[in-house]
Amino acid sequence: MKTNPKTEPRDFHQAKWDEPVIFELSTPGERGVLLPGTEPEIAALGNPWEDLPKELHRTSPPALPEMSQMRVLKHYLRLSQENLGADLNIDIGQGTCTMKYSPKINDQFATSPKLAELHPLQAPSTVQGTLEILYETEQFLKEISGLDRFCLHPGGGSQAILGIGSVIRNWVDANGMADRKDEIVTTIFSHPSNPAVAKIKGFKVITIYPDPVTGRPDMKAFMAAVNERTAALLITNPEDIGLYNPSIREMTDLVHSVGGLCSYDQANANGVLGIARAREAGFDLCFFNLHKTFSSPHGCGGPGSGVLGVQKHLVPFLPAPVVDVDDQGNYFLQYEGVDRENRIKDYYGVLPAIVRAYAWMLSLGDEGLREVARVSILNNNYIFRKILRIPGADAPFAAGEHRMEQVRYSWQGLKDATGCGVADVQNRIFDFGMHIWTSHEPWIVPEPFTIEPTESYSKDELDEYVAVLEQIVREAHENPDILKKAPHRSTIHHVDHDVLEDPKRWAITWRAYNRKYRGYFEAR
Amino acid sequence: MSDTFTHPYIPNSDPVIQRWMMDSIGIEDIEELFACIPESLRFRGKMNLPEPLLSEAALRRRVMGRLNKNRTCEEALSFLGGGCWQHQVPAVCDEVNRRSEFLTAYAGEPYEDHGRFQALFEYESLMAELLETDVVNVPTNDGSQAAATALRMACRATGRDEVLVAGSTQPDRFRIVRNYLRPDIRVTRFGFDRTTGLLDLKDLKSKVSDKVAAVFFENPSFLGCVETQGREIAEAIHAAGGLLVVFADPSSLGVLTPPSRYGADLSCGDIQPLGIHMSFGGGRGGYIASADEERLVQEYPSRLFGIAPTEKGEWGFGDVAWERTSFAKRENGKEFVGTAAALWGITAGVYLALMGPKGMRELGEGIMQRARYLAALMDKIPGVAAPRLSAVPFKEFVVNFDGTGLSVKEINRRLLDRNIFGGQDLSADFPELGQSALYCTTEVHSKADLDRLASELASCLKG
Repeated sequence: MKTNPKTEPRDFHQAKWDEPVIFELSTPGERGVLLPGTEPEIAALGNPWEDLPKELHRTSPPALPEMSQMRVLKHYLRLSQENLGADLNIDIGQGTCTMKYSPKINDQFATSPKLAELHPLQAPSTVQGTLEILYETEQFLKEISGLDRFCLHPGGGSQAILGIGSVIRNWVDANGMADRKDEIVTTIFSHPSNPAVAKIKGFKVITIYPDPVTGRPDMKAFMAAVNERTAALLITNPEDIGLYNPSIREMTDLVHSVGGLCSYDQANANGVLGIARAREAGFDLCFFNLHKTFSSPHGCGGPGSGVLGVQKHLVPFLPAPVVDVDDQGNYFLQYEGVDRENRIKDYYGVLPAIVRAYAWMLSLGDEGLREVARVSILNNNYIFRKILRIPGADAPFAAGEHRMEQVRYSWQGLKDATGCGVADVQNRIFDFGMHIWTSHEPWIVPEPFTIEPTESYSKDELDEYVAVLEQIVREAHENPDILKKAPHRSTIHHVDHDVLEDPKRWAITWRAYNRKYRGYFEAR
Repeated sequence: MSDTFTHPYIPNSDPVIQRWMMDSIGIEDIEELFACIPESLRFRGKMNLPEPLLSEAALRRRVMGRLNKNRTCEEALSFLGGGCWQHQVPAVCDEVNRRSEFLTAYAGEPYEDHGRFQALFEYESLMAELLETDVVNVPTNDGSQAAATALRMACRATGRDEVLVAGSTQPDRFRIVRNYLRPDIRVTRFGFDRTTGLLDLKDLKSKVSDKVAAVFFENPSFLGCVETQGREIAEAIHAAGGLLVVFADPSSLGVLTPPSRYGADLSCGDIQPLGIHMSFGGGRGGYIASADEERLVQEYPSRLFGIAPTEKGEWGFGDVAWERTSFAKRENGKEFVGTAAALWGITAGVYLALMGPKGMRELGEGIMQRARYLAALMDKIPGVAAPRLSAVPFKEFVVNFDGTGLSVKEINRRLLDRNIFGGQDLSADFPELGQSALYCTTEVHSKADLDRLASELASCLKG
């Protein structure tokens, strides 16, 4: 055992169960669960499906596996062990995603039958507790953002952006401006869903690149892009590189001066909680990700929650319903004053995620939320200096400035010196039970990696992560093959990704696999 | 935080550690790190939030205090459905769904998150057997998003910009679809028969043209009817060069023919019935499925996880056709992709593996039998007509109360006094059905439950 993982990486190996694909585990006749039978009086009425035309009778049963309960459980528990969740990992390598601690007590609330067994159409009198939580959550978010009303429906940040795009679209149309407001301005460091949604909603996308020195959006290009055709600005601040943009108010003022709207992508708001708000920066809309900043777990890619806020003048465009309280203190779903036609998701939001975020905010309060921002930035600047001391690591833009809650670094120097770039470092870091992400495409920063320590990790854990990076860089210099042939201690070895890009060879389901192959990838 | 307190979620909230870290950075105060934020943009006020509940005991008292005000479908007897359904969630589904490794993972690569890739590939594969299709996506946020996206996929695949949507579609789903297709795709409704509940083929055929990209209907419909004319509808739209998109409840597919078998080019729906708690409508996930045709596969915006060989002969997994996505191409990708409902997908896979072919068949048969029994029972009550529509119901059916002289609202109020959640009031969305409600029954109901509803209903109608 290594005694000091802060300086010497621990001797880690991922779980490897060599678990078959679930269909290979089928034993005809086995059952995983039994269903309640119908009583004789009900069964006596016969099988209603026999009244349907023959072609609607499913004649060949679905070829699902037949498995005993414990075998199903074992299969999935083995797969779970072959998965490196944030609870096990020092998960600071997935920058922009705020992989913070999700308190376990909050899972108890999210999974309580008092929430889980509620139908969305129950009478309001039977769901007062849940409506009250939705109402209070909205009040908290209003305080944090300075905006006037929130819709809690979206299932994640991208769907919140869809909500924002829909508000903008419908606002443009309602004001009869469809023929003259048809452009949306965004930045290359904004999440890809911003331009993608803008396009779905019928806007031309204009993308601003960063100033090569400051790293902030190129103001000259921005000013040239904004004009009477500008319907909206979709922007993040701080952007992925971790630099707060001090010109943000000038930008929102300029867009307002031509009659456009400004939307603030706050998917990651960890560095500005209680520090800076959407309102003061001049935004008409914003959204938060409750599964990032507000601690709800990420669930392998959802269920999450994106909550979308607006200033008063856009409330009539907000998806209905919201939750209000009447004079008697009764909470109810409010469809008046908001837009039932601007629906983007079934029902009222991802309650398990919302309840976790609600509890998390309650456990911190005003001072605690501000401490989250302070410590996430302290942690980031601490590790920032340590990473910059690693040969071959660099942080382009704004030399000498502190960073906010995350940094986008570059391994270009390492690649020049050793031939090993970020993909090689990535493949090797899995051998230490850790993760490192690159950046969204396109790569503005060459050989990028993005580190966001959040407030959840101790100094010792940050040191441990850096020690692993240092070890990998040493290996890159001394024996690059270690990186080039990595991972060595993963569940699996190199995947042939070419197969996944070839329509003749890809198989998205077991059914397709069996049509295309037999045995182990022997073409039929 | 204060000098004497460290928050359990924030290890470096300890002032001594902070001092040490500040020294290491070369600053006197954390405030220096915010120097890049102009003073005019700094928020110097206090957020009006409750005093923090620092102990688990205090937090639990507060949050459970709120939740305990709810009356759940387990504490009452519920007949609500309409798109969110009370089914038995097998304990193993919860066990897997709550595993820390899955619950707290996010965007790892196949070499650290092999389990997630395999479990989601298996989800796709298990759904594919239910649907008899070769391609299924990693879930979207919900069934309505899946429907809306399937229709945009059809428009791109055909190069057309109009879709025909069944008039019996769940009203909020129709709103979501229409909103998502705005501004560039025209949505036209076609009718359904007010007696049978089945789709109006004559109306549909009059609207099909070479401008129509797709016809969309639900099967079973929102009103509970099993649509029997799928093949004919498929032929009508295919003859015009368009695609058929069918929204199917997966809990019906142990007994009903999957849409791909009567001509659906794209199937879609919500996976909530497959082991996912209702959670006030917060437990949802959408599936989209198709044949393995490149022209369709390339139109999916979602992640698609495929199986691939590794250099050492293991089962490997990864993203298929990554370059389609907005992750790769921003606005030049297909729609958008992001965090949606992956863990619900894994959970639905667990459900299908537990149920197996026999379980899915028994589920469907049992539900249909209960629906028939309940409708017959309710129909015997004076003034009550059930089912109001003559098509064979799956788990829901329309009950008409016109003969009672009472509104659904009033009847549901009286049932609530007897601790029963009556069916969804349809009178606002489907005024042509009069005072009608949508009643739903599933495997969670025993005969005694159904009998109790009938007797309480009969009694409360008397006043």
